[in-house]
Amino acid sequence: MCTLNRSGRYHTSGFFSPILTLLIMIASLLSGPAYAAQAVDNFSAPLKQLLEFDFDIKQQAIEQLAKSDDERVDRIFKTLLNGDLYYRKEDQALVYVFSTDDGYALTGVLDNASLGVVSKREIKKITVNNQLRELLSGLIAERGMSNRNPAVRLNSVKEMIGQVGEPDRDRLQKLLVSETDQRVSRALHIALAMLDVVHGDKQKQLAAVVALGESDYTESRNRLQQVLKQATAADDSALAKQVKTSLHAIQLRAERYQALETVFFGISLGSVLLLAAIGLAITFGVMGVINMAHGELMMIGAYTTYVVQLLMPNYIEWSLLVAVPAAFIVAGLFGVAIERGVIRFLYGRPLETLLATFGISLVLQQLVRSIFSPLNRSVQTPAWMSGSWEINAVLSLTYNRLYIIVFSLLVFAALLAILKKTPLGLQVRAVSQNRTMARAMGIRTEWVDAMTFGLGSGIAGVAGVALSQLTNVGPNLGQSYIIDSFMVVVFGGVGNLWGTLVGAMSLGVANKFLEPWAGAVLAKIFILIFIILFIQKRPRGLFPQKGRAAEN
Amino acid sequence: MKKMNLSKWLLVPLFMALPFAVNAKETIKVGILHSLSGTMAISETTLKDTMLMLIDEQNKKGGLLGKKLEAVVVDPASNWPLFAEKARELLEKDKVAAVFGCWTSVSRKSVLPVFEELNGLLFYPVQYEGEESSKNVFYTGAAPNQQAIPAVDYLMKNVGVKRWVLAGTDYVYPRTTNKILEAYLKAKGVSEKDIMINYTPFGHSDWQSIVSDIKKFGSAGKKTAVVSTINGDANVPFYKELGNQGISAKDIPVVAFSVGEEELSGIDTKPLVGHLAAWNYFMSVDNKNNDKFISSWHKFIKNKKRVTNDPMEAHYIGFNLWVNAVKKAGSTDPDKVGKAIIGLSVPNLTGGKATMLKNHHVTKPVLIGEIQADGQFEVVWKTKGTVPGDAWSDFLPGSKDVISDWTKPISCGNYNTKTKKCSGQNF
Amino acid sequence: MSFINTLIKLIEQDRVGRYLFSALLAIAIMVPVLNLLVPEGSSLHLSTYVVTLLGKYLCYALLALALDLVWGYGGILSLGHGVFFALGGYAMGMYMMRQIGSRGVYGNPELPDFMVFLNWHELPWYWFGFDHFWFAVLMIVLIPGLLAFVFGWLAFRSRVTGVYLSIITQALTFAFMLAFFRNEMGFGGNNGLTDFKDILGFELQHGGTRNVLFVLSALALAAGYLLCRYIVNSKFGRVVVAIRDAEARTRFIGYKVESYKLWLFIISAVMAGIAGALYVPQVGIINPGEFSPLNSIELVVWVAVGGRGTLFGAIVGALLVNFAKTFFTGALPEVWLFALGGMFIVVTLFLPRGLVGLYQQSREKYLAGRAA
Repeated sequence: MCTLNRSGRYHTSGFFSPILTLLIMIASLLSGPAYAAQAVDNFSAPLKQLLEFDFDIKQQAIEQLAKSDDERVDRIFKTLLNGDLYYRKEDQALVYVFSTDDGYALTGVLDNASLGVVSKREIKKITVNNQLRELLSGLIAERGMSNRNPAVRLNSVKEMIGQVGEPDRDRLQKLLVSETDQRVSRALHIALAMLDVVHGDKQKQLAAVVALGESDYTESRNRLQQVLKQATAADDSALAKQVKTSLHAIQLRAERYQALETVFFGISLGSVLLLAAIGLAITFGVMGVINMAHGELMMIGAYTTYVVQLLMPNYIEWSLLVAVPAAFIVAGLFGVAIERGVIRFLYGRPLETLLATFGISLVLQQLVRSIFSPLNRSVQTPAWMSGSWEINAVLSLTYNRLYIIVFSLLVFAALLAILKKTPLGLQVRAVSQNRTMARAMGIRTEWVDAMTFGLGSGIAGVAGVALSQLTNVGPNLGQSYIIDSFMVVVFGGVGNLWGTLVGAMSLGVANKFLEPWAGAVLAKIFILIFIILFIQKRPRGLFPQKGRAAEN
Repeated sequence: MKKMNLSKWLLVPLFMALPFAVNAKETIKVGILHSLSGTMAISETTLKDTMLMLIDEQNKKGGLLGKKLEAVVVDPASNWPLFAEKARELLEKDKVAAVFGCWTSVSRKSVLPVFEELNGLLFYPVQYEGEESSKNVFYTGAAPNQQAIPAVDYLMKNVGVKRWVLAGTDYVYPRTTNKILEAYLKAKGVSEKDIMINYTPFGHSDWQSIVSDIKKFGSAGKKTAVVSTINGDANVPFYKELGNQGISAKDIPVVAFSVGEEELSGIDTKPLVGHLAAWNYFMSVDNKNNDKFISSWHKFIKNKKRVTNDPMEAHYIGFNLWVNAVKKAGSTDPDKVGKAIIGLSVPNLTGGKATMLKNHHVTKPVLIGEIQADGQFEVVWKTKGTVPGDAWSDFLPGSKDVISDWTKPISCGNYNTKTKKCSGQNF
Repeated sequence: MSFINTLIKLIEQDRVGRYLFSALLAIAIMVPVLNLLVPEGSSLHLSTYVVTLLGKYLCYALLALALDLVWGYGGILSLGHGVFFALGGYAMGMYMMRQIGSRGVYGNPELPDFMVFLNWHELPWYWFGFDHFWFAVLMIVLIPGLLAFVFGWLAFRSRVTGVYLSIITQALTFAFMLAFFRNEMGFGGNNGLTDFKDILGFELQHGGTRNVLFVLSALALAAGYLLCRYIVNSKFGRVVVAIRDAEARTRFIGYKVESYKLWLFIISAVMAGIAGALYVPQVGIINPGEFSPLNSIELVVWVAVGGRGTLFGAIVGALLVNFAKTFFTGALPEVWLFALGGMFIVVTLFLPRGLVGLYQQSREKYLAGRAA
């Protein structure tokens, strides 16, 4: 069954391919001889080749398509790169596919016409492998050099820097003339310097070496190293000297950035530790409860995030904003329940709270296993949290870590504010300092206990939301953080929030500075040994609590 | 009086546990030794269900030797000494005809002496480091030459990789695999400074520094790839960090040996698209046997979304080999079955045949797949035909001359072809 | 002679201890008889499976006893007692590794298998001496004892107490676990030490060897119990209890609190090490998992369930919880963690003195009722 629609393009179902090709040709012919000739050469023919299984044929097809000026190629490339280009099995027509509730909505690649909704069985994906992806992104970059958006242009030029060849020179120079954005033109200069340093005359070469020495692209460093080899071979000492100076400058900057990066990694690890430990600083530090179920409360927070995402699948971007209060409430309620059900019978017996809460942690783990299965759950990362902030070619900071650092500090500040500025905080401090006296002054200590424990647990839940963006959401999530959290609180000094902050950050940074030369495992062992020795020196931690409460 | 009470307390329950073993006449018992709790439950629970399904299907076909098969499930709880205890329970108390189980190498090592002492049969379904061959164990997963080396070959030839990061969790499988790969790469002319080796502890979650190192290592102008033997839980944060630091599959592809469909089902796979895995089976393989297997799995587990993976196929192969061997031997006697099974072939799920070799390993095709956004793999390369499993790697100095041959006249798991000696046997 | 007299007196005064002794003696005789002499078909026959299982339980019981000594009497809650157990186990494992000799899979007479395939060329220095049984035995006592000495000396001298002490013991065992997981350490990494063949020339898989090990475990437990009972009844023991109840006051009276605690800790560590050494040949493997902090916490729970500060409570707790574990992981794997977790909660809430406490309470009530 085949119907030609008004525009002369095909709209077919159930025909054999030779006939189809013929029809396309006829259809193309109908729309004008000039267009048809071009379409058959550079556009339609390679498009058909995309359907082949052999990746070499696909590659040829893509290269040929790249020569076409047809605007549709851009979208085809992008879709192909994302692995979203399909063809319909019955007629081998290329289609774009959008997943809907009923199935898959198709749009024709050639005419952008809607082709209805079908099931997954009726279409087949055009697969690409990594070589093709690389080729495609290169080609897209090339096509993007003349894009209106400077960010796109910048990326395209950056992509080009490693691969520029002499034939590109004219084009680069032309682009440089018309370029208005400063960063793009700087990148273009570097790209030209990459050429000059090899092909230019002496003077140009030296200038290019200086220019490359001021850039941080890895490609420019590699190019300089090549030049150095050639210069030494050719006994060109002036050039060799300049290259060495440039390389040295690059090296120096790289080391500085690396130190910065390590500090960032350390702070980011510290912020994770802080998030994990800060809830414990309340339950353990203020209330004296050794809460071994603390990790499981974080796990509950992480699973809450998962459930929130299940409930709002179309608003993943917003899901974390909903998950934070949700996790606070859910974990907080669990905390209140634990306090009312178990812990209130055990005040003054801290070591026994340890046993009971350890039991609770086992029960919670198994509960999660029974409800959500032992398999890890997949929590999605919203787009605004993925990727990294590229400060320059060497230094880039990942967004999720940045957000988590900020988030941990916000949580810390909020907690501090609650303890210092609210009536609840006042009561909590009063009860923790002198329970009987507080009660004598009319404070409902039981209520304060429940609220404090709920607060600490809620914050553990909030930490779980952050962890869900970094690691597995599974029944073992809590166990992997519980020991670290205790170390942080004990190191910082029990009952002192600032101690927890300083403790977390310093342990994080120390760990990251140890890691490069000791390896991840030894670094951790050193930190543990350090804590053990530190506690001998200062048995009450970094910032010991003073006064009466310290006696217990 | 009181004295009796106390000793009763200790002994009576144990005696009571004993008579369970008695009425074994009507059925053939099959032991299933997979952790259902603890850290390994994530992976192993599925294999227990697979075995139950296979046994169920065999019973629907009329059982074996005119008897029904009966599954005996125990939980070694991811605790290695408990594996040995449970293996003994299965063999001694339940008198099972064969055991299908274990996942980690350490669990296999822990039960090995028990199987050799009591002469039981163990079918081990997971890819492993090799360097072992026991009379009582049949290795239905991949040996290093059936996974690691073909994958590296693919990267070298088809992708043009020149620089290698061998990243793994610090335990015996990655250690051995990386040793083998290092020797192999050097034999292929890769220089020392183009290989970076890194080990991390189990469940490592802070990958910032390591990924940043990999990024720097990969920026030296040569095509770089990561060969990952990172285990289980550590993978999610690793891939997340890769994605966030902007390393995509087209810059530095990662080929993993321990990441399958099941692991991917717990990950947001979008940033992973294009990274690779090498296995002997992928759920996405277009094959009639596979379709049948998947649909009966979905029916059995009552969940259309559950995936299948490589170790499940290994159990499928192992179970069918055992069934055919029992039929051929006409008995479940371990010695007779062990003799009958060598040389037997059964169809695998990817359109080839799995043959049990003299060294207790099977022939397998090697497939390389790229991760897709839907959590499946798309095969981008496969070996022509199947590769025979090699128990002892040719690339390690200690095992170069060692072979395994369980047929006469050698009948030995570690036979040194140079000294003509057989060493390290426990019987 | 006076020593024996003291012992006899000890036993005479200790009613529950008498039951315990009779029970231990009974199983030390009965188990080998039922296993070796009663023919296999008989319903009275005890399978090797049960023998090794019981042997394992007895080692755990000895470990629990060691913890009860420091926790129940000294008030030192160690959340890292597994570290001594595992070190003792490793020392024994290293001896048995050396006994394999050239019977390993690579047939290398010098190096254990795991070193061969990791391309080690010579034995690290700390493996020397483990060819000899006496050296291994010395190390089983010395290494846990030394670690306990160093750690305890540092910790008790700087008066690290209570929660802080518990947390750093946990850090200790965690650090050891990470270290032993490292393959570079030369202890076999994650796989640990396994594939043992024989001990003192006796084949490990032989039924006789197993029964001897079992009987040894029973005797070690009995001896451990006696030792602990002796200690807690001595003056030393009473000072220790005083420290537990009022550390500052005891110090003011003039006792050197640190050295009392230190010695108690060392004795307990050595006992744990011996338990580990007996455990390894019976289960056939030792690996870093034994260092895991979770194991040590579970150990605390055994003691709490049985009833701390009673010695036999620790033994009852260890046997009971482990029996429950064996049973539930076979019969109802999903329920196991619920049961275990629930048990912890119930015991801490309702049985602060454990099962033994419950028994004593009801007995006291009964006696009081009869007296009235």
